[in-house]
Amino acid sequence: MNRIVMGDVACAMGAIDAGLRFYAGYPITPSSEIAETLSEMLPKHQGIYLQMEDEIGSIMAVIGASYAGFPAMTATSGPGFSLMQEAIGYAAMAEIPITIVNVMRAGPSTGLATQIGEGDLMQAIWGTHGDHPVAVFSPGNVREFYIYTQKALYWAEKLRMPTIVLADEVVGHMRQNVDFPEPIVIPERTLPNVPPEKYLPYATENGDVMPLPPLGKGYTWHVTGSAHTENGFPTIRPDKVKELLDRLNTKVQRHRNELIEYETFMLEDAETLVISFASMGRVSKGVVSELREQGYKVGLIRPFTMWPFFKDELSNIVSNVHPKKIVVPEINYGQLRLLVEWALKGFDIPVIGVNLVNGDLIPPEMIEEAILHG
Amino acid sequence: MVNENDAEASFVPMSSAPDKWLRKEHLPHIWCPGCGIGTILRQVIEQFTKLGWKNDDVVFVTGIGCTGRASGYVNAQTLHTIHGRALPTATGIKMARPDMHVVAMLGDGDGVGIGGNHFIHAAKRNIGVTAIVVNNRIYGMTGGQVSPTTPQGSKSTTTPYGNVEPSMDVCKLALGAGATFVARVHTANPVYVGQIIGRALQHDGFAVVEVLSQCPTYFGRFNGMPDPVQMLQWFKENTFMAKSPEDEKEGKIPIGVFKDDKTTPELSKSYRNLWEA
Repeated sequence: MNRIVMGDVACAMGAIDAGLRFYAGYPITPSSEIAETLSEMLPKHQGIYLQMEDEIGSIMAVIGASYAGFPAMTATSGPGFSLMQEAIGYAAMAEIPITIVNVMRAGPSTGLATQIGEGDLMQAIWGTHGDHPVAVFSPGNVREFYIYTQKALYWAEKLRMPTIVLADEVVGHMRQNVDFPEPIVIPERTLPNVPPEKYLPYATENGDVMPLPPLGKGYTWHVTGSAHTENGFPTIRPDKVKELLDRLNTKVQRHRNELIEYETFMLEDAETLVISFASMGRVSKGVVSELREQGYKVGLIRPFTMWPFFKDELSNIVSNVHPKKIVVPEINYGQLRLLVEWALKGFDIPVIGVNLVNGDLIPPEMIEEAILHG
Repeated sequence: MVNENDAEASFVPMSSAPDKWLRKEHLPHIWCPGCGIGTILRQVIEQFTKLGWKNDDVVFVTGIGCTGRASGYVNAQTLHTIHGRALPTATGIKMARPDMHVVAMLGDGDGVGIGGNHFIHAAKRNIGVTAIVVNNRIYGMTGGQVSPTTPQGSKSTTTPYGNVEPSMDVCKLALGAGATFVARVHTANPVYVGQIIGRALQHDGFAVVEVLSQCPTYFGRFNGMPDPVQMLQWFKENTFMAKSPEDEKEGKIPIGVFKDDKTTPELSKSYRNLWEA
C-alpha cells in the first residue's frame, strides 16, 4: 500500500519492520524526526527509546543494548557523528553489531544546521582511529532510506560490526509517495554450537567470528577494545595482534559481493558517465533522463554501498561502456570523486567534479554544463 | 624461621569467592604492590558470593584506567569499554535486560572526569546499576597526573607546585544528580567496604559507592605517604562517621551511607510500563 512519508520517518519505519528493539540518541537537526518517530513506535514493539545526555552516551548505550541482545541503532548528524567516532572503533574492535544513521548536513563544525551537505563520506569510511571494518550505505530517496536502514541493521548483526547509513537533509526531510517493499529482518541470535566451557568469543567459523550468545545462558566472556586473542582477553603478542587485525580488516572485503549495491541507468553507448550518491544521485538521474530525451549519450551510476566501494564493478562498467568522461556531482569538495579516481586508476578518462557547498542542492544546470561542456 | 606450610596456609582464602568469581588464569593482576583496587575487588566478589548470584547473571562493566582493568579478572559477563563510557554502556545493558545484575566499577578520572556527564545522567535516570567509584585521587595508569578528585594543594606529575584547583566531591555530585543510594567508604576498613557494597548491589536503582583507595605509587609517593600503610592510616585519621564526636569532624571527610531511597522507581522497570499501555 502506498503512503506519503518523510524520509526520516521511513528510516524509523524500516528499523521497526526489521526488528529494531533499542534506540538511543541525542536531538540534532536534520535527524530528530527519526528519534521522535521511534520514541512513539518502540514501546509498541517491546522496544526501548532513550534520549541520552550526548551522542557518546547514545552510541555506548546502543553498544550495551546490542551486546545484551536488543538490535540497536542511533541516528545523528555531523557534529554528533564526530562525537561518536571513538565508539565506532570500539564496536568494530569488540565486534558488537550497531547501526548509525547520519543524516548529513553541511559542515564543518555547526556548519549549516538545517541545510544539506554530503561531506561526511570520508568520515563515515575512515572516521575512527586505526584501520577498521565498516559498511556504509547511502539512500537517495525515501524508499531507499527504508531499505538501506534495514540492510545496515541486517549486515551489522550478520558481520558483527558497525554499519552506517549516510542519508542527507533532503533525503531525511523530503516527503514521497512510497510503495514499501517486504522488510529485511535482522537475524536472531543463536547459542554457540559449543558448550560454555569450550566457548571462545572471538573464534571463527568459516572465517567469520561466531555469533554473540544471549546473556544469562551460561556463557561468560570478556569484551574489550584492546587487542585480544580468540578468548577475548588483551594481548600484545605480535602474532595474535596481527591475526585479529588481519581478520577484522578483511571482514568487509570477504563479503564485498554481498554488500555492494548500486543502480545503473541508461549506460548503453554512454559517452559521459555520471556517478553520484545520496540526494545528488536523485538529482543527477533527472538530469541524465532529460539529456537522453534530447539525444545526448549520457548514463548514470548511483552507488548505494559507499563502502566497500564498487571498485571492480565500476572498472568493469567503464571497460565495457568506454565513456569519454566521468562527471561526479556531490555536495562536498570531491570525496566521491577521489574514490572514483582510485577505482579507475589506469584508465585515461577525465573525472570532472561538480562541487558546490552552499546549503542547497547543486542546481541541475551545473551538472548539465559539466556533462555537455566540462 | 617460618614454617613453609604455615606461610602457605596463611594465604589460603577464607571463602570460596575467589574460586568462583576470579579468572585465576589471568592472575597475577597488573596493579602495583600496595594498591587498593584489589582490596575493593575482593569485597565486591565476596558480596556476589554472599548474595548467591550466578556468574552469568552479573554484567560487570568498566572503563579505562587502573580500575578499568578489573573487568578482566572477574568471572562474569564483563566489558572493558572506552574511557569514561562504562555507565552509558551499563545503561543500555540494564534497559535491555533488567533481570541482569549490572555493576560498573569506575576510577575517579573515568567516573567523574571524562565520564562526569554520564555519571550525572545515570544518577538522574535512576538506572539500576551499581557504580563503585574507586577514588585514588590521581590518574594512575598514565603515570600520576592530577584528577578531578585530587585535593587542592596536592602534588601530581602535572601539579608540581601543588593542585591549584579545588577537588570534586563524588558523593555530593551523586546526591545532587539524584542517585538513590549514595555512600562513601575507605580501604582501611575492608569489612565495612564489603558491607556497604553489599547494600548497594541489592539497591533497586542507581547506587553509588565511593571508595577512597590508596595509590602509593603515585599519589602517596608525591604527597609524603610512599608506604601504603601510611595512606591507610591517613584515611583512618582524616575521615569521620555520623556518630563521631563533633569536635573530630572539622576538616575531615565524612564516611557512611548518605542516602538510601527505596521509593523512586528504577528506570528499566518503569519504562516497561509503556509496553503495557
